[in-house]
Amino acid sequence: MDYEAVIGLETHVQLKTLSKMWCGCANQYGAEPNTQVCPVCLGMPGVLPVPNEQALRLTALTGYLLHCELPRHVQFDRKNYFYPDVAKNYQLTQLAYPSTVNGHVDFEMQGESKRVRITRAHLEEDVGKSFHFDRQSGVDFNRGGVPLLEIVSEPDITSADMAHAYLNALKDILVYGKISDCDMEKGMVRCDVNVSVRPKGSQTLGAKVEIKNMNSFSGVRRALQYEIPRQLEAISRGESIVQETRRWDDVANMTESMRTKEDAHDYRYFPCPDLVPFEPSDNWFETVREGLVELPMDRKKRFMEQYQLPENDAEVFISDVPLGDYFEKVASHGGNPKALANWVINNLRAQLVEPEVSLDSLRFEPAALVELVELVDTGKISSKIAQSVFTDMFTSGKAPAAIVAEKGLVQVSDTGAIEQFCDQAIEANPGPAEDYRQGKDAALNFLKGQVMKLSRGKANPALVGKVLDQKLRP
Amino acid sequence: MNKDLSFHCLQNQMRQGDLSAQSVLQGCLDRIQAHNSSLNALIHLDAKDAMQQAVQIDQAIQRGDNLENKPLLGIPVAIKDNIAQLDQPMTCASKMLRQFISPYDATVTRALREAGAVLVGRANLDEFAMGSSTETSFHGVSRNPWDKDRIPGGSSGGSAAAVSAAFCLGALGSDTGGSIRQPASYCGCVGLKPSYGRVSRFGLTAFASSLDQIGPLTLKVEDAARMLGVIAGHDPKDSTSVKAPSEDYVSGLGQDIKGMKIGLPSEYFVEGLDPEVRRAIDVAIKTLENLGALICPISLPHTEFAIATYYVICTAEASANLARFDGIRYGHREEGKDPLELYNRTRGSGFGEEVKRRILLGTYVLSSGYYDAYYLRAQKVRTLIRQDFERAFEKVDLMLTPTVPSTAFELGEKASDPLQMYLTDIFTISANLVGNCGISIPCGFSENPRLPIGLQLMGRPFEEQKLLQVAYAYEQATQWKMEPPL
Ligand SMILES: [Zn+2]
Repeated sequence: MDYEAVIGLETHVQLKTLSKMWCGCANQYGAEPNTQVCPVCLGMPGVLPVPNEQALRLTALTGYLLHCELPRHVQFDRKNYFYPDVAKNYQLTQLAYPSTVNGHVDFEMQGESKRVRITRAHLEEDVGKSFHFDRQSGVDFNRGGVPLLEIVSEPDITSADMAHAYLNALKDILVYGKISDCDMEKGMVRCDVNVSVRPKGSQTLGAKVEIKNMNSFSGVRRALQYEIPRQLEAISRGESIVQETRRWDDVANMTESMRTKEDAHDYRYFPCPDLVPFEPSDNWFETVREGLVELPMDRKKRFMEQYQLPENDAEVFISDVPLGDYFEKVASHGGNPKALANWVINNLRAQLVEPEVSLDSLRFEPAALVELVELVDTGKISSKIAQSVFTDMFTSGKAPAAIVAEKGLVQVSDTGAIEQFCDQAIEANPGPAEDYRQGKDAALNFLKGQVMKLSRGKANPALVGKVLDQKLRP
Repeated sequence: MNKDLSFHCLQNQMRQGDLSAQSVLQGCLDRIQAHNSSLNALIHLDAKDAMQQAVQIDQAIQRGDNLENKPLLGIPVAIKDNIAQLDQPMTCASKMLRQFISPYDATVTRALREAGAVLVGRANLDEFAMGSSTETSFHGVSRNPWDKDRIPGGSSGGSAAAVSAAFCLGALGSDTGGSIRQPASYCGCVGLKPSYGRVSRFGLTAFASSLDQIGPLTLKVEDAARMLGVIAGHDPKDSTSVKAPSEDYVSGLGQDIKGMKIGLPSEYFVEGLDPEVRRAIDVAIKTLENLGALICPISLPHTEFAIATYYVICTAEASANLARFDGIRYGHREEGKDPLELYNRTRGSGFGEEVKRRILLGTYVLSSGYYDAYYLRAQKVRTLIRQDFERAFEKVDLMLTPTVPSTAFELGEKASDPLQMYLTDIFTISANLVGNCGISIPCGFSENPRLPIGLQLMGRPFEEQKLLQVAYAYEQATQWKMEPPL
């Protein structure tokens, strides 16, 4: 029998806010342990939470970007469980009335378009971070109370690769919307996986296994690459899969059982009486929508249609948003978009690797690139000369036409002058000239190079080839 | 103690230079010195710090500083030991927080400081405010100044006893089901529970967040009005505090109450009510009628479900609110081989019996499979009780009831029977479920033993002004001498 995997992901993402979810402490990674804390996020007696509006806004914005519905009544619940990294021994989260529901993420995988439905994206608080030393343990509460978005997908994912592609697409969207920096190394994104297998075509779900402790997208992929075959093999041995939570061991590259359904928590959720329901106005939603950005997929499509760019170029502008924005600024001045994209991607981007250079500090105007391309397209300068003009305008900020005029770089298209250079080159290189006469086409390039050298690069290369050919193979 | 100890009178003398804040405080300290060892009303006293505050006030008066905006100038105030006061203990009368020093001021504490109050000490209470007698306090029971063999009530029993014995001239308490009004009634003082959301809860160790409210205990209605004016108002740190501006609760006092409609809920005047209490209330009703109030019967049909509803909701909320006391970050700790064992030992030995009982009950009613039958159902009944009140308040301005069915009981009398203890809150609990305001004021004494009886007035949510106006009119008409036989 053929089996298929059914996978759903729960992705936790730290929101990019200035302060924490319920207090004024900074939401910033990397400080000394327990220096970004206060009575509120330490769960001292008597303190009360005050919702961070920026976090609610970013959550609503995520809802829009994930094509979700945004309910008008939002409420926080207490999720009760004891753990040393949970300061209050309950976590504030949105169970019954989440900020966003019913959305989807579209993405491409191996040239095919895919859609994963989003059950909900709700706001909660992060917990502290536990550390284990030789003889004791400690908790750093700097992270405790940082706003955390939990994005729950429907079980629409069918393979490890698709899970990986979905996560990357989700990450692109969140980075695009400035919702999260999604820095995996700083623990800003964490992922739990639910996976089961079932006979292909079956509508019922198999026993669900939850896998925790993946700290990278590739970890999620590897965990699934381990877990799906494990379940299939168990079934082929005639065993049944038990509903359980398993832990991913990144070093051993395998999952191991943590707890089964029997020891599942009873979180005793109930509405948090310290917080009033959040019922935003139309106007509030309007101001949230002002933060809407174009999604990566839409942007790619638009770049390919509007500028007739090849897919590869469009993808560069998806992954490097500022570069793409710059390209659009350049292209708004007219000119040939494909040629402009080449300049931006091949020449400009190469210069941007220097730390002191950024798109904001360029010395030349975006229109100068259009001018440069025009000089090449109209045959005024060769593309080789154009390279040096670009280097010049990059350092001096002068207009390309001015540089060309100043340095006398205008391409020689005068046949008389070119014939003279060609005669000189043939005379000086009788061997290659004879080779070409005898039919060795490659020899022409050598002679062309010699002519370009004699003309100091200014000869029109196409013309040079034509003249040499006429002279040697009349 | 025959002097007039009203804020108004003392402050006039202070401002005129006839009396210093230090001597007012010294009077309190002397009484504390003489009687606190037997009353155990205050569980922490920082006399040096209090005197320092009084000295600064006297200096400000001498300098001629502008002290217009200091309604509590030089008034010694005690704070219930579950309300945060910077650098002072906040034990909540629990072993769990025996060593805990607050790293911050509650919003109300800061308001008291800014109003010129002298913070004199920390008042005893039932552990985490769970009780009606202060008998669950880790620091031992407080005694009623009128009869030391009797309890002062609770949970703000220390605050009520301290005010009654004039250890301070005002105190803050917290009221979750009657915890201000009931001890005020037993100790013969004024106790006001403001409407839910009127006073910030920031800094009040939460017992039941949707029911808790901080309020004043004083000797006189006017003083309570003045304290309310200081602590009321919107606080950005408490999302449940209402945006309505704080009102002037003092200037309306003394206004005529002619035509004021006062309802008597029939469900509150039933069997089980002590005849002496009944008699005192009847006399009070006559007094108010003589003042021009219109008395009429009303009905609150869901009253009989109030106690059950209350104990489901308050324990549910408490089970989560008290989860933070785990021995990890602060407070009492007993080590264990893993977190679970540490929790079990710490909480097993750190909490007293009543607190554990309520945590267990609250955990149970929220558990999967029981949530709908208990917690959700209780919320529905709470709505019915609220609707009872809304309907009744369409007909009347205020309600009048006894505060408690009887006078203060003896130590240990109900300690072994939680249900009997819970029933002492039967008249006060609904105001917390509904969120309206209520006040207990003295309305006479029982004979043999001579113990204070309290009268409760309840007003519509956020109509404290009217509530205080009627309470004041009654107080002025009766002038009970509330001086305990110390
Ligand atoms: Zn904080």
